[in-house]
Amino acid sequence: MPYINNILGLIFSNMHDKTIEDLTKVRTMGSVMFGGRYRLIDFALSNMVNSGISEVGVITKSNFQSLIDHLGSGREWDLARKKGGLHILPPYGNTASGIYKGRLDALCGIFSFIKYSTAEYVVMSDCDIVTNMNFRPVIEAHIAKGADITVVTNKAVYTEAQTGAGTVLSVDDDSRVYDTLINPNLSGLCNISLNMYVVKRTFLLELLQQAKAKNHYSFEQDIIQAKAKELKIYAYNYDNYFSRIDSLYSYFNANMNLLNNSNRAKLFLSDSPIYTKVRDNAPCKYGIDSSVKNSLVADGCIIEGNVENSIVFRGVKIAKGAVVKNSIIMQDTVIGEKAEIRFTITDKNVTIRENKTLTGELSYPILVNKGANV
Amino acid sequence: MFNKKECVAMLLAGGQGSRLYALTEKIAKPAVPFGGKYRIIDFALSNCVNSGIDTVGVLTQYQPLVLNDYIGNGQPWDLDRVHGGVSTLPPYQTSSGAQWYAGTANAIYQNLSFIERYNPEYVIILSGDHIYKMDYSKMINFHKEKNADCTIAVIDVPQEEASRFGIMSVDSDNLIIDFEEKPKQPKSTLASMGVYIFNFRILKDYLIENENDKEASKDFGKNIIPSMLENNEKLFAYNFEGYWKDVGTIDSLWEANMDLLNPNVPIDIYDPAWKIFSRNPVAPPHFVGENAYVQNSMVTEGTYIDGTVDFSMIFEGVTIEKGAVVRDSILMPGVRVRSGAVIEYAIIGENSDIGENSVIGERPENCADRDEWGVAVVGYDIKLSPASKVLPKEIISKNI
Repeated sequence: MPYINNILGLIFSNMHDKTIEDLTKVRTMGSVMFGGRYRLIDFALSNMVNSGISEVGVITKSNFQSLIDHLGSGREWDLARKKGGLHILPPYGNTASGIYKGRLDALCGIFSFIKYSTAEYVVMSDCDIVTNMNFRPVIEAHIAKGADITVVTNKAVYTEAQTGAGTVLSVDDDSRVYDTLINPNLSGLCNISLNMYVVKRTFLLELLQQAKAKNHYSFEQDIIQAKAKELKIYAYNYDNYFSRIDSLYSYFNANMNLLNNSNRAKLFLSDSPIYTKVRDNAPCKYGIDSSVKNSLVADGCIIEGNVENSIVFRGVKIAKGAVVKNSIIMQDTVIGEKAEIRFTITDKNVTIRENKTLTGELSYPILVNKGANV
Repeated sequence: MFNKKECVAMLLAGGQGSRLYALTEKIAKPAVPFGGKYRIIDFALSNCVNSGIDTVGVLTQYQPLVLNDYIGNGQPWDLDRVHGGVSTLPPYQTSSGAQWYAGTANAIYQNLSFIERYNPEYVIILSGDHIYKMDYSKMINFHKEKNADCTIAVIDVPQEEASRFGIMSVDSDNLIIDFEEKPKQPKSTLASMGVYIFNFRILKDYLIENENDKEASKDFGKNIIPSMLENNEKLFAYNFEGYWKDVGTIDSLWEANMDLLNPNVPIDIYDPAWKIFSRNPVAPPHFVGENAYVQNSMVTEGTYIDGTVDFSMIFEGVTIEKGAVVRDSILMPGVRVRSGAVIEYAIIGENSDIGENSVIGERPENCADRDEWGVAVVGYDIKLSPASKVLPKEIISKNI
């Protein structure tokens, strides 16, 4: 297989915003915090960079200030380049484009960006999958099959709720896609799309031309579903460790899964690290009566209380006598003396005052909004 | 010619740091890991940036590979600039021959042309081996107000330690009237911190003169400062109040790390307005396991702890297995402490692997008796087989 060094990465930062609405009120799906120091886009972006993709466009729609803040020049992902590098692609990029309705629409909005790229292949990804994935084998499979479009899928048993928020593909023995069901509410063994695609750039441009002419805007419906017979669409089954975020509940669990040693070992690999924005925090400081068990703790925290089964982001302060259990504590949260929280997600800059108690349930974690003072 | 700069910093980072033994066998002292996620030089570099000094020459000589790699283009300190930024300045060959840096003054002399490119009013000379937070801009303003030719930062030290430093005597206006390098009978307790501000034009004349004197040892403390005093140049002492520590020995390196864990020691590395910048590791948050006890310690990213950690400084990528105990110790990046090992009053160098049930160092019965106890040291990339024993004050630089 020849080494292909000219691949364009496209990341959709706003797709699936609705699945965790409470966290995306003030930010894109891509800038939702994850795993103690990351944002969801870090996974898609790092995966592309680690696959040798050095030109990446990030498509935004709304609420993207925090995303731009996070990405900056792209330096932390080694994407501050003269050749290629990071491009943020907001709506209204040209007079004909605006707020898009679907993936296809969004791609039409950046038609000229894709047109003037010199890449041979385009790799597209959303920000709802947390995984450490190399796109090379997908591209190689795409070429080997002579596919027009390759969709990354996972074959497993899914629930009604999960398929209700996803795209299910029917594939033949050769992995060719012959039918597509969008949000079908099925349960059982099925191939669910991970919303990652490989396509040749010139072919994508053709598809976009047609879509513009016909006013089509959904990639899943108007291309994957409608053109299954006409085009060679193949599924690539991905079964390494991943978490799919399609609800607040799955978001909570995807975080908690990181407390498992073997899951962490599959996500954080030393030869393909997950990059993120650097904050230059001092190390985490443990106080005189602190007690921490089974938790993931980032830099810049000052912990004097008790923490168990929790994810603690950068710059969090947990005072003496406070109890934090089964919770996700985001950046710069302050938890006062003797406060107790269980099954709670605190967004950025939350203050939980002394002696307050918040208790959620595993099936329904409480979410405290950004900047709230409890 | 570049744009003119008000002040250029010259950071002396070429010293071998021989009193750190195994810890500086392969790397220069300023590159020694410090404070959980830093290297010693981060403090001086961060002081520069936080004081608004954006042009820094780092003079390297001894084992520069790690240091050069660490500084890189200066980006972690915001020192990747269009004009100025950080430059590493190793000794070089000229048409008249090649010469190593033969002293602090000679090192600056050999780089006069670097400084001249920026045509600065002032040059600030710094050391890459001190731990402190200092706003140099305040000192520059003091220097200007006093209309000084040279200003030396001083700190009050205990009488019994004064003979280890360059000691200043000053008049009521802080004008320096006497300077002695490591005096046996100190006349005051104002010690030089090794931070000097000079009017560049005057410094240049003295450096050239010193260079022409074949007898001179080409050192700021021994030559430049005394001859300026002799010629009645205006030298002022600038009082610095705050935490300052020279980390030139095993004991002082260990103490300075422990100082960061002591809430009564006045150095705050959590101040968002005065961050200590460093090249950050790319690693997930640290994980604390079911069996862990972690107290009174600093721990950074990429680390896994399932044992007991108390009063310790744990760097990135360290693994402390279940049943291992680490107390009053410093574990540098990538160290692995296997099950059942006990580490007390020790410094373990980067990537060393401590075998099961090993015993490293020992908690002293009487901490006040400094002759009786010491810190055990294991160097870099050392593999200790199970049940190894390392005594207090012992320094291990080979696998056992």
